Amino acid sequence: MENKEKTNESFERVQNARHPDRPYTNDLLRIIFEGFIELHGDRRFRDDPAIVSGFAEINNLKVAVIGHQKGRDMNQRQHRNFGMPKPEGYRKALRIMNLAEKFSRPIVTFIDTPGAYPGIDAEERGQAEAIAFNLREMAHLKTTVIVVVLGEGGSGGALAIGVGDKILMLENAVYSVITPEGCAAILWKDSGKANLAAESLKLTAEELLKFNLIDEIIPEQENWSYPQTDTYEVNISVDNFGKTAEFLKDRIFRNILELEKLTIEEKLNLRFEKFRKMGKWIS
Amino acid sequence: MAWFRRNKPKIEESNDDEVRKVRTEGIFIKCPECENPLYRRELRESHHVCTHCDYHFRLGGRERLDELFDDGNYEKLDEEITSGDPLGFVDTKPYIERIEAAKKSSGLPEAIVSGKGKVGGHLTYAGAMDMSFIGGSMGSAVGEKITRLIERATETRGAVIIFSASGGARMQEGTLSLMQMAKISAALARLHDARLPFISILTDPTTGGVTASFAMLGDVIVAEPKALIGFAGPRVIEQTIRQKLPKGFQRSEFLLGHGMVDMVVDRREMRETLIRLLDFMMNKNL
Repeated sequence: MENKEKTNESFERVQNARHPDRPYTNDLLRIIFEGFIELHGDRRFRDDPAIVSGFAEINNLKVAVIGHQKGRDMNQRQHRNFGMPKPEGYRKALRIMNLAEKFSRPIVTFIDTPGAYPGIDAEERGQAEAIAFNLREMAHLKTTVIVVVLGEGGSGGALAIGVGDKILMLENAVYSVITPEGCAAILWKDSGKANLAAESLKLTAEELLKFNLIDEIIPEQENWSYPQTDTYEVNISVDNFGKTAEFLKDRIFRNILELEKLTIEEKLNLRFEKFRKMGKWIS
Repeated sequence: MAWFRRNKPKIEESNDDEVRKVRTEGIFIKCPECENPLYRRELRESHHVCTHCDYHFRLGGRERLDELFDDGNYEKLDEEITSGDPLGFVDTKPYIERIEAAKKSSGLPEAIVSGKGKVGGHLTYAGAMDMSFIGGSMGSAVGEKITRLIERATETRGAVIIFSASGGARMQEGTLSLMQMAKISAALARLHDARLPFISILTDPTTGGVTASFAMLGDVIVAEPKALIGFAGPRVIEQTIRQKLPKGFQRSEFLLGHGMVDMVVDRREMRETLIRLLDFMMNKNL
């Protein structure tokens, strides 16, 4: 095949993670959780539609849910800013996390973003500070935090809602320090080399598990895209979306139950140790 | 003979221009901002700040620590921690070769140097990043050194001061680099809970994952004049919004105006300012 060198498994994963039919946070919210009440705004500046957040229930257990939301059609995409949050999005996320902490409810976050929005207004309002502050606060948040890497894990913009006790990652999701295109443009001086960069960055779930950067891989059914009709009733035992979502739901729920057995102190120590061990160097 | 006639021989013009030139290489440095020549020794005495226009030259990590600690005395920390190549990363050049080249050209073991000593008599753990080592980028080794620095301060009740100068997380270590942001921030959470001070100093340039983690988490954040500070680099923003950025955007003074840093301090007054801040934050019986 002529095009053979243009693609590889890593880059296919990247394209899969970005696929417009891939289920987004809102799609999973409908099937994994019941009684979702969306909460809006950071109480500082405005509401950021690139992040959805609120209260919900999973198997009758009350939890807070926070996730990036990309848009499905062009209008939605613009409304959601392609899933790229601005500082107010991260501040809203932290506000909801603090509510969950206040009322001792576990938190589930869904990561699916190309990255934090790089624009003038975002910089003016302190994009870096918003992300940094979330990293520090999540590290000592006194409640259970489950992180699910759903699709695209785009660098700091993803990590800003990604510090938790357990990190689950969908089989075809990716999680990287930079987009393959960005990496290729800088290191190869050619964004067309994104396929090579994707391979080098080791951004797939299997590779990240090997480096102990995630805890668990959630297997995906083939073509588990969300059926795009309002009247559709998801059948958890038959269709691929239902099966994958049901498995994810089970893993989220069981992980919460396990973690809820620990004291806050134990949980915070384990969370700290988990991130403390990340990295490989020579000494 | 008329009075205006020469009776002395003409001064011979030398064809050899080279001989007549005064050699100034290494003695004078031209300021990149105002283009005035600066006497090298004078520049050193002014902490590498132009004496004509106050332009702040980029400064190496070691020089920063030498200038910070009382009498320039400090104990170097974690010099043995260096970068490996966990991903086997190869772009146009293998990462492992880039590390070796950076060590040679910069004379440093990593993109940050750190030490323990006294600042104004206060026990202080300080780190200083260095742009000459792979763009001051943060990989696992940098993350580990900073984390250990913060942990030592937490254990022995010292202050933490970090001079940032970085292009961001190091791409060649992929997601491992990204996670250093979380690791360091977690250590800072503990330092914060222990009610110990962290002063972050932003120097030119501080961008990307370094800004979006510890650099913006200082109890007090100080910037050097006209430093470029931001999350996304100016080129990335221009490409995204497809328009030119306003003048002074993402410079220290811009951040000060937007409430993102506490103050912009001339390097010549930096040490004194830091001591006054530490006086407020340290040694009070808790």
